[in-house]
Amino acid sequence: MCSHCDCGLPAPPVARKVLLGESLLARNNHQAAHNQEHFREAGVQVVNVLSSPGTGKTALLEALAARAPSTLRLAALVGDLATDRDATRLQQAGLPAVQITTGQVCHLDAAMVHQALARLEEAGHPLAALDLLLIENVGNLVCPASFALGEDRRVVLLSVTEGEDKPLKYPATFHSADLVVITKVDLAEAVGFDRALADHALRQVAPAARVLNTSARTGEGIDAFLEALLG
Amino acid sequence: MPFDAIHELSLMVALAERVLEVAAREQSERVLAIHLRVGHLAGVDPLALRTAAEIVLAGTVAQGARLAIEEVPPAWWCGPCGMEFLASDVLGRCPACGLASRQVLRGQELLLHALELDP
Repeated sequence: MCSHCDCGLPAPPVARKVLLGESLLARNNHQAAHNQEHFREAGVQVVNVLSSPGTGKTALLEALAARAPSTLRLAALVGDLATDRDATRLQQAGLPAVQITTGQVCHLDAAMVHQALARLEEAGHPLAALDLLLIENVGNLVCPASFALGEDRRVVLLSVTEGEDKPLKYPATFHSADLVVITKVDLAEAVGFDRALADHALRQVAPAARVLNTSARTGEGIDAFLEALLG
Repeated sequence: MPFDAIHELSLMVALAERVLEVAAREQSERVLAIHLRVGHLAGVDPLALRTAAEIVLAGTVAQGARLAIEEVPPAWWCGPCGMEFLASDVLGRCPACGLASRQVLRGQELLLHALELDP
């Protein structure tokens, strides 16, 4: 009851301020740091692969699996809103793969990756038995950039069919890249791709990133890509 | 809900968990306000955050809490010029030399700054 008189009205709310100052992404960042501990202990290099849908993430990983030396122990986690088609493709290419189906979520987060690691282990591929773990994120150039997974390297793909100015339109994702891989370069001439324009755009948003040309179809640049992931 | 609001929704689910955790710890019966700091470069839309907050806080002690969003404009550091500059341009080009900055000083934050609780 109101404390000033006996009017019968409910007491006004008492506002008490509690200062927190913590990141909304704190939980994910904490989980990502935990994943990273697992990766370090196991001595496995982990790569987070980001791009828009249709850039050729799965094709690039298929080509990588085909050209990698047989002594290199690889596995993949692959995220999509629905279906396990990409995991099936990668398995057919000889790459042990676990599908992460995110339902309505537009990105992978560190907890999803942590759960998938257990499934990878059940499938006979514990982290300690791997040299390189490739994480193919959900095809999306916006949201995945905010969610660390515990990776060592972030790779962002740009296909020649998308347009040279894509990095300028989605700066946050390209800014976060350690390595930018230009894909489908076998089509560059047919679609009039201007590499100088793409380089100009990349220099503005990702000045520190290394840039590689690749074609999953011809195999161009795949060895250099593998070297960059392990180096 | 528009498809592009999903990102904000998953952020708000994490926020709601944290807000309810703090409210329970503080033995509060009602959350009156949630203060957020959202940088322009954080890649989230304040309007979508509000919509998402309404959904995830419904039926909790934080239902109807005021969402106070302080937007933080981007600030960058230009190495060659040795100075801080403000630019709303997401590419962060230094107004003095025109080079793209490699270092963001502010504007990427996505912070749960404070809660107002009753009692």
